[in-house]
Amino acid sequence: MSDEYKMTATTTAPVIEPGHTFASVTDKISSIVLTRPASNGWFLGFGIAFLATMMLLYAIGYLFIRGVGIWGITIPIGWGFAIVNFVWWIGIGHAGTLISAILLLLRQSWRNSINRFAEAMTLFAVSCAGLFPLLHVGRPWLAYWLFPYPSTMGVWPQFRSPLMWDVFAVSTYATISLLFWFMGLIPDFGTLRDRATNPWIRLVYGMLAMGWRGSARHWHRYETAYLLLAGLATPLVLSVHTVVSFDFAVGIVPGWHTTIFPPYFVAGAIYSGFAMVLMLAIPIRKIYGLEDFITSRHLQNSAKVMLATGLIVAYGYGIEAFMGWYSGESYDAFLLWNRLHGPYAPWYWSLLACNIFIPQLLWIRKLRTSPLALFLISFVILIGMWLERFIIVVVSLSRDFLNSSWGQYYPTRWDWMTYFGTIGMFLAAMFLFCRLLPMISIFEMRTLLPQAEGKAAEAAE
Amino acid sequence: MKRDPIYGIMAEFDTPTALLEAARRTYQAGYKKIDAYSPFPIEGLAEEIGFEHNAVALVVLICGIIGACTGYLLQYWCDAVTYPLNIGGRPYNSWPSFIVITFELTILFGGISALLGMLALNGLPMPYHPVFNVPRFSSASKDRFFLIVFSSDKQYDASATRRFLEGLQPRSISEVPS
Repeated sequence: MSDEYKMTATTTAPVIEPGHTFASVTDKISSIVLTRPASNGWFLGFGIAFLATMMLLYAIGYLFIRGVGIWGITIPIGWGFAIVNFVWWIGIGHAGTLISAILLLLRQSWRNSINRFAEAMTLFAVSCAGLFPLLHVGRPWLAYWLFPYPSTMGVWPQFRSPLMWDVFAVSTYATISLLFWFMGLIPDFGTLRDRATNPWIRLVYGMLAMGWRGSARHWHRYETAYLLLAGLATPLVLSVHTVVSFDFAVGIVPGWHTTIFPPYFVAGAIYSGFAMVLMLAIPIRKIYGLEDFITSRHLQNSAKVMLATGLIVAYGYGIEAFMGWYSGESYDAFLLWNRLHGPYAPWYWSLLACNIFIPQLLWIRKLRTSPLALFLISFVILIGMWLERFIIVVVSLSRDFLNSSWGQYYPTRWDWMTYFGTIGMFLAAMFLFCRLLPMISIFEMRTLLPQAEGKAAEAAE
Repeated sequence: MKRDPIYGIMAEFDTPTALLEAARRTYQAGYKKIDAYSPFPIEGLAEEIGFEHNAVALVVLICGIIGACTGYLLQYWCDAVTYPLNIGGRPYNSWPSFIVITFELTILFGGISALLGMLALNGLPMPYHPVFNVPRFSSASKDRFFLIVFSSDKQYDASATRRFLEGLQPRSISEVPS
């Protein structure tokens, strides 16, 4: 028994490399924000992302002048890129909440090194996601009509519609993600306040820390609140993508009207979210020298989560195909045939390659431990998950019940500019985040050290 | 009312275990108005200084229930009372359709109250606090552990308390001006 334990202890990479102290962890993470100068590479990366954000603003500006007719959406395909991108972005955000809330409840302490930037990723991804339905309504300046407020028109929202549920689910999700992120930052703001030498910087972090002084009573309430927030965020994150899938599943269009949608959407969300976490973590740990904190263990665990959720997604595709055959429903059978052989067949086959076949490489241990391989596989998964939403939205709408109402969808340059523009906005926000806030939770990293347990208190000296 | 010029006496420790031990002995020695500061939450430390229960969970429960009621009543009032619409022949009070938003508002109210309740009960934001007058206290957010006996404690006596804290073998002792 003890031999077995020893064996696993030596073969599993540590969550934090040995030799660190409370002071070294604090200095390492806070110095990135406080003392490390911004490199040319940072300016180049931020500059490109910023230009892409400007492209987004240009595309949105033109949209406001001309209306949604500049996009490729027509009848029958009225949802197009806006909804594809909305679902893609919101799905990416889900991994952040999974890491910060669900893994906290499951006492997976390895999450402590990646939760902060995963939560930042969630926040920025949800901001990008929120843009799309807002723009898609056509008259964004009237979007507040979605909220129940006493208007002179005497009209109130129709709460039986999944689209209303979506408004509440996504705005609650954005709010709770922000609170959770901010709450985790409070003690670290205190650390930055105490480390900063520039009085202005100290003032800013001091105001954000709100006088946090690490009192035992404060920590007691803090931990209760943090745990409760995690407990609330856990069902919330599962509900958000469930509600997003209801937008489809409550409709009667073949390809949408299935009960497998909620779990399959949630699994797909976590799948793409972990892919994004890896695509961000791998360069960040390399550039900022954080390999001690974001170790091979984190990369491998993320890869395993992707493998598991990827298989759930594959099961979802399988069930969709099976039901197309088994139901004997001619429209469902046609949908399957159309996906495999219709005008969008290359997209569907690419989807199967990106989401099911290529990620099976993650079974190979050598690839799970190679950052480059993980980076590339994650990229493929992100493309695959985008294709999945494209197939769901566009292919289902393009061939519905009546041949007379069939159509094709051609995205315009404005569609692509808006899509790539949001990627730019997301990356620009991530670049700023890396420079302005501690991207790894400092106080939670301290709890991972052996000295924090008290057992090895002497060993620290 | 005249304020005591001394807020308390503070001792500094190197490890979480030393702080836990010191807090236990100080509390057992009869000092009740004490506090401990650490760069990360230490399990059991709050209990050692006589702080067993906090009210955050109760606040969240109450606000969560208020959120649930708000969510359901809002939808009931909109869709069944003030602006009833016939949607596919469903009853005006179609409760299964109202569950999602009721749930979301429960989470929203509960989540907001968790953060605000924690801050309010902790008395934050607090721009000024005497402990920050001690220069060494800046390591309380890095790698040092502090214990303070407030001058408002009944047993507090400037020299006796200081001697007691010295007996705990701290790294340093400072007087905290208020």
